[in-house]
Amino acid sequence: MSSPLFMFGSTLLMAFREIKRNTMRSSLTTLGIVIGVASVIALVTLGEGATQKVTGEISGMGVNMLTVFPGAERRGPVSETASPFTMEDARAITREASAVMRAAPSSGRAALAVYANRNWNTTVTGTTNEYFEVRNIHVETGRVFSDVELTSAQPVCVIGNTVQQKLFGHQDPLGATIRLGRVSCLIIGTTVPKGQSTFGMDQDDFILIPLGAFQRRIAGNADVGAIAVSARDENLTTKAKQQIQALMRERRRIAPGQADDFAVRDTREILQTLQNVTGVLTALLGAVAAVSLLVGGIGIMNIMLVSVTERTREIGIRLAVGARAHEVLLQFLVEAVVLCVMGGLFGMLIGLGGAYGAGVVLKIPFAFRPQVVFIAVGFSALVGLAFGFFPARKAARLNPIEALRHE
Amino acid sequence: MGAPEAALLELRQVRKIYGQGESEVRALAGVDLSIAAGEFVAAMGPSGSGKSTCMNILGCLDRPSSGAYLFRGVDATQLSLDQLALLRRHYLGFVFQGFNLLARTTALENVELPLIYRRMRAGERRERALRALRDVGLGGREHHTPGELSGGQQQRVAIARAIVTEPSLLLADEPTGNLDTARSVEIMNLLVELNRSRGITIVMVTHEPDIAAFARRTVVFRDGLIERDEAATGIYA
Repeated sequence: MSSPLFMFGSTLLMAFREIKRNTMRSSLTTLGIVIGVASVIALVTLGEGATQKVTGEISGMGVNMLTVFPGAERRGPVSETASPFTMEDARAITREASAVMRAAPSSGRAALAVYANRNWNTTVTGTTNEYFEVRNIHVETGRVFSDVELTSAQPVCVIGNTVQQKLFGHQDPLGATIRLGRVSCLIIGTTVPKGQSTFGMDQDDFILIPLGAFQRRIAGNADVGAIAVSARDENLTTKAKQQIQALMRERRRIAPGQADDFAVRDTREILQTLQNVTGVLTALLGAVAAVSLLVGGIGIMNIMLVSVTERTREIGIRLAVGARAHEVLLQFLVEAVVLCVMGGLFGMLIGLGGAYGAGVVLKIPFAFRPQVVFIAVGFSALVGLAFGFFPARKAARLNPIEALRHE
Repeated sequence: MGAPEAALLELRQVRKIYGQGESEVRALAGVDLSIAAGEFVAAMGPSGSGKSTCMNILGCLDRPSSGAYLFRGVDATQLSLDQLALLRRHYLGFVFQGFNLLARTTALENVELPLIYRRMRAGERRERALRALRDVGLGGREHHTPGELSGGQQQRVAIARAIVTEPSLLLADEPTGNLDTARSVEIMNLLVELNRSRGITIVMVTHEPDIAAFARRTVVFRDGLIERDEAATGIYA
């Protein structure tokens, strides 16, 4: 009969009766916790959603994507200009690096595109059909380059959605000819819009033409400015990177011990950096919200202290019928914890609802993680314990005679 | 009445001093008192005479400054606060002038309270609380809160709460102080009935001779000492 479990059960029963007995006081007491937990949960969930969004966008660029640039990867003034790549470099990478799926040589520059009386400043990139696959670009209408167009450097182009909107509006651009500098270029395809990237960069503002055509008609040289590479698998990017580094050092005749005069950049690295940044931001926001939880805890303590005074007579009655000091303490502590956990659960619902609503407005996905339930309950219980203890001890130390006489 | 049984409780040279030095107040100045099981004792006396202090000591709510208080042969002055609480839980029942019921709590839950501290299972607890409420004539009002009950009914709930544990000693502090005459008589008849039919020992503080007359023995306090201790001349003498 007097097992600790039973004792705890009866204490819990009394706690629930007390909470029910004064709904107004109980809800006011928990308000701070409700708000604190709601803000923590909302901010953490939104932060998680933002991270997912960024990750998704970069994955859209291809997590298995690498880009090879000429020039050493170093900051500050560069004394010597590294020699550009050639078509043959790209072919060698595809042929010899086993972890590489595709390599697309590319060269680009800013150009003014003119159609009828409209013009638009954009980027023209000369490349091959591999580029579409490596960069995850899908053709919406029309087609990619034909072999003949590639080998004979014909002036045809595939345009991004932004270029299409700016030059053609709602007109069908297929078959039209636009001017890029002195070159007239036939439009053979349009691409599926990708929208803005997280950093506000327009991912649809480009014109792609065959690399040969770019080299011969626009750049006037046979240089390849960069090579976009896709690894066979997400997990093979590091291996691909190593293979490309070794191959390019050999092809560019870099003596052992000498630094690379080219750089291989990996989208996974960018992803990592971004995830770190959003992670730090989420943690910061969470910390700010945690302060509000702390304030909520102090609010609980405050109201519990007032409530102990208000309930002095009740405590006197309990002591008179035979409650021991530690039982009164336990009762008030359990009450505080139960109140806080109830507030925490309620706050969690509000927080998740808020995060969902804000996510709809901010176009951030709703990233519910089941752990938040435990975090909400655990933290609230902890707050209840920490801030309920002092008022509970005050209640337990009351003198029964004075408590009974209290008005 | 037959010869007094062995004393249920006994005070030996009990003193209670509040404060220190100049402001020292001697509430009890060496009281000797012996009460047998089954007695109904009224404690009377002007305010400040020490009757309330004596009551608190008998109720194990307070400890004397010196002297001994034997309850069922055990010296309560040697017990810890927790042990005193257990003594109250298992042997004592209280009825107060101001009823002291939990507000916004049904009569049933109020009466159940001491049983919760006795760790009684819900089913038995409820059954005993209902029986106690019937015994005090409140059958059918189990789910009323104090606010929905008259003063007399509230005091009956308080009595039910005191007797639900079947205590050895019931301490009543001015139990009719907040009630009109008719209600007072009802409550006193109830206490007399409990004393007679169940043998519950009752010690009651009052300053009204009419009320004290219901008891079988009257102890009169003055200046921290017992001035008179006599069998009542009332109807039960």
